[in-house]
Amino acid sequence: MSNDGQPAQDPLIDETQVEQRRSAAARLFDIRRVIGGLFVAYGIIVTLIGIFDSRAEIDKAEGVRINLWAGLTMLVFGLLMLLWQWLRPAEPPAPNEHQPGA
Amino acid sequence: MDGDGLRLNMNGLDYLILALYFVTVLGVGFAARRAIRTSVDFFLSGRSLPAWVTGLAFVSANLGALEIIGMAANGAQYGVMTVHYYWIGAVPAMVFLGIVMMPFYYGSKVRSVPEYLRLRFNRPTHLLNALSFAVAQVLIAGVNLYALALVMQALLGWPLWTAIVVGAAIVLAYITIGGLSGAIYNEVLQFFVILAGLIPVTVIGLVKVGGWNGLMDAVADTKLGEAGLHAWQDTGSTANPLGAHWIGIVFGLGFVLSFGYWTTNFAEVQRALSAKNMSAARRTPIIAAYPKLVIPLVTIIPGLVALVTVQGLGAESGDLQYNNAIPLLMRDLLPNGVLGVAVTGLLASFMAGMAANVSGFNTVFTYDIWQAYIRRDRSDEYYLRVGRWATVAAVVIGIGTAFIAAGFSNIMNYIQALFSVFNAPLFATFIIGMFWKRMSALAGFWSLLLGTLVSLSLYLLYKGGVVDFNSDLEESFWGAGLAFVTAVVVAAIITPLTSPKRDEELRGLVYGMGGVDLKGDVLAGDAVWYRSPVLLGLIAVALAALFYIPVF
Repeated sequence: MSNDGQPAQDPLIDETQVEQRRSAAARLFDIRRVIGGLFVAYGIIVTLIGIFDSRAEIDKAEGVRINLWAGLTMLVFGLLMLLWQWLRPAEPPAPNEHQPGA
Repeated sequence: MDGDGLRLNMNGLDYLILALYFVTVLGVGFAARRAIRTSVDFFLSGRSLPAWVTGLAFVSANLGALEIIGMAANGAQYGVMTVHYYWIGAVPAMVFLGIVMMPFYYGSKVRSVPEYLRLRFNRPTHLLNALSFAVAQVLIAGVNLYALALVMQALLGWPLWTAIVVGAAIVLAYITIGGLSGAIYNEVLQFFVILAGLIPVTVIGLVKVGGWNGLMDAVADTKLGEAGLHAWQDTGSTANPLGAHWIGIVFGLGFVLSFGYWTTNFAEVQRALSAKNMSAARRTPIIAAYPKLVIPLVTIIPGLVALVTVQGLGAESGDLQYNNAIPLLMRDLLPNGVLGVAVTGLLASFMAGMAANVSGFNTVFTYDIWQAYIRRDRSDEYYLRVGRWATVAAVVIGIGTAFIAAGFSNIMNYIQALFSVFNAPLFATFIIGMFWKRMSALAGFWSLLLGTLVSLSLYLLYKGGVVDFNSDLEESFWGAGLAFVTAVVVAAIITPLTSPKRDEELRGLVYGMGGVDLKGDVLAGDAVWYRSPVLLGLIAVALAALFYIPVF
């Protein structure tokens, strides 16, 4: 490769770039699973609270069954996150760490 | 109202929701640990993250302590004009960062924003910026922590020191263990939890006042009056709620302040540097611009609802300060259940802000201070260890500053305002250095130093009563503008008198010098049109302009 394509070199940056070839970043889990899981749990809890809401609680929220609606919305959102992860799993890590030389 | 003031009536289920969140946050930190083997894994997530993750973390890092509470307060105090902080005061700068500046940041493989200054100019410029950034970050982390503790004290009745230590311990744990991946993943989670907390308040608030039209009619009858409903209409003079002329809004807020903050603040840019390739890095701030466009719906609308529904809002002190707009609505409108989610969202926002400061600090401290000036040529494992200890130190110092802030809360607010003004000369130095290859290393140093001194002096003269401005906001417009001009003039004078850097040293750092490869690491899916950074950025700016039409 001609020198034109490369940015200016710096010893400190080059050192960490070399070390980066043994990166463990590929072992990072997928955050969609955590977001999905937490929101499904929140959805179930808040929906159940909403089902058993008393008149006083509904009146406090200006007559809106906010727990029910918010709970169901969070539940659906959480399930969509999990569905997204299931349909489009994370891509395998890009193989640029294995390029010979720096 | 009862005598407990802001105290919320939380029950066991609300606390269950809060506890679930804390457990999840810690779990994310521990689970991210196995992905850390090198220092880049710890400080930059191994440059491996997809754009939607870094983009949401980018916006979440800014959704910190003073942002949500503060913007709702501004909404109640200044009305619809508060949207300027989002649509002209953020979105254009975020798009500019992604399209124009990110190729130099990401392409040069620098590990931090100060490091760019080391390569582009010289070590003194670098050290000046690295030190001021590091000091600012721990101080602001302390302010965030103190604000978090104040809210926990007011809403939950926790003693101040318990709240400070608990908040700090959680942030400390997940960043020390999980590194930047722990911070970024939690920021993405926080983004959704914050929204889940704010949307119910907004919806019920709107129901209470009779929808959008009801809100507009009611605001017109308050002390803000008709002027509270327009963003631009009265800006031909300073006789509007914000006290700002349109020139000040466009150039002061929209250009100097906003570009200074968004394009040079490493706590933000770090999220983009952790993206997996150039395309993802460029899309990071642009993806973040889309939530930024609509966040005013869940901050300014609650602020306005509080203005019309809470009698006596706007007191100088006590429970009815503007800053309590959102907590007051939560108390009055949310039943148990969504209340727990809202409290969780609020606490999440405070931790997001502090975590961004801490993870920015540990990277700059390790790479830009320790490795560059104190202990060079050690192993990568050594710097990884330094980073973990720097995190501990940052949080401990943050606790210290939080307790100082408890005694001098006004002074800490000033410090925050002060550091935001520091960004203007930094931005000037960056933007000239990126586009004018002749600008010399010495010019970079003096531009940054003198620009900073000018904004600092004006600020101190204003606070000392020597110079007079209509508002703090007007002072910051002028301070930032003057600092920017100073940096430009200094660069123009010193550059011809000093020797330039050699062309090959500037490759990849300066416009027109080559060395920036926008397509080299592109993945198969990134070439599609809807992932084009330029197209996405232009749509975001166009939407920001369109959103102004209904509230002109």
